[in-house]
Amino acid sequence: MTAPAPPLALLAELTHRCPLACPYCSNPVEMVRAAGELPTDAWMRVMTEAAALGCLQVHFSGGEPTVRKDLEGLVAHAAALGLYSNLITSGVLVDAGRLAALAAAGLDHVQVSIQDTETSSAEIIGGLKGAQAKKLAFCRAVRAAGLPLTLNAVVHRRNLDRLGEMIALALDLDAARLEVAHVQYYGWALKNRAALMPTRGQLDTATRLVEAARAELKGRLVIDYVIPDYYASRPKPCMGGWGRRFITVNPAGKVLPCHAAESIPGLGFDRVTDRPLAEIWETGAAFERYRGTGWMPPLCQGCEHKQRDWGGCRCQALALAGDAGATDPACNRSPHHAALVALAGREAAADDAAFTYRRFS
Amino acid sequence: MPALTADSRPALPRHAKLRFDTARDGWVLLGPERVLMLDEIAAAVLRRCDGQATLSAIAGALAEEYRADPAEVTADVTALLQDLADRGMLLP
Repeated sequence: MTAPAPPLALLAELTHRCPLACPYCSNPVEMVRAAGELPTDAWMRVMTEAAALGCLQVHFSGGEPTVRKDLEGLVAHAAALGLYSNLITSGVLVDAGRLAALAAAGLDHVQVSIQDTETSSAEIIGGLKGAQAKKLAFCRAVRAAGLPLTLNAVVHRRNLDRLGEMIALALDLDAARLEVAHVQYYGWALKNRAALMPTRGQLDTATRLVEAARAELKGRLVIDYVIPDYYASRPKPCMGGWGRRFITVNPAGKVLPCHAAESIPGLGFDRVTDRPLAEIWETGAAFERYRGTGWMPPLCQGCEHKQRDWGGCRCQALALAGDAGATDPACNRSPHHAALVALAGREAAADDAAFTYRRFS
Repeated sequence: MPALTADSRPALPRHAKLRFDTARDGWVLLGPERVLMLDEIAAAVLRRCDGQATLSAIAGALAEEYRADPAEVTADVTALLQDLADRGMLLP
């Protein structure tokens, strides 16, 4: 058997601590506390091993990665290794001095999430008063420091009607890129699905708006956009395929094929403190479990798209079909697809329920 | 965003980084959530995009180096750079 191609990017989830409490957070419901986080030297070694394995990029993520006081040192180490570094942040904790230090350490790019363009709504979704003004000031400071900016707008029923304002905000903030990220319904978001699911009408309007803006703003603003799974007919190639492009290390040092993979019971995850990263990538049981096409059910095995979507999302198959090895119900060939579409319509029409916020239990 | 012309002085934006990837033995252009694998010619073009050299000078130098038809090279270089500019990975 030949070794799998090396990963392109390391997703370094430095911490699960975060001042925000977004009800769609991609972190697992069972989070790692501060005392369980990897120390600085372990993260340094992880990056060294990731670069040697073939990673070209590192995404510093969380939680809120800037709660880590050693972030400047980690960024400098990434720069020394030639890794393209991306800071994925809420932007509410970083002042101009810290930003200057991160830029001086060699940070390549900053991605800031916004919850909405309307302040009161944004702060209800994020669960933090005063966050919006801090985020906008941070975005301007990022550009003033000469750093490239991506605005990440997480969209759902409660804010999708303001997509036009989000695009205008990205331009106003001089972002080169806007990610319109429909909520993915696992982990915390699954708990809040009925409160967040957009209507088909909202989605169609948003899709048309994105297509028009992309044409109008070509060369000025790049807009990344993916149709939400529940209204798709083909599943997305989740993570670019299991164990194909991304290697995720969680705050405790567990190595995951995807940041949500811990929701799948029965998968054993190796730790960076126990085995070399390359060995985990190449032969770790969790990576081998759904890599390639060998694990696929007969419906996927016979499908001409199997090497395009790589079977979609395993966490979603588990959440909706009760089996992580089943065809992703986002696929219109799945026997569960019709029920999924009906469920989306039903939940989208529901009254706006109170959020279950992301908090440590 | 203006189209590229012979007088454009193309440059890489701050968010785009050109480097050699030893693991895959080729040049890559890195950007936010982007990894573009480059062939030898594309890499040779981008190495010359320093914001000083004009597109026609870049194409001329490459035509000489690869002993190719200058008009053909100019057309290829323009198409490559316009595509990258449209994707936000080049300043025209």
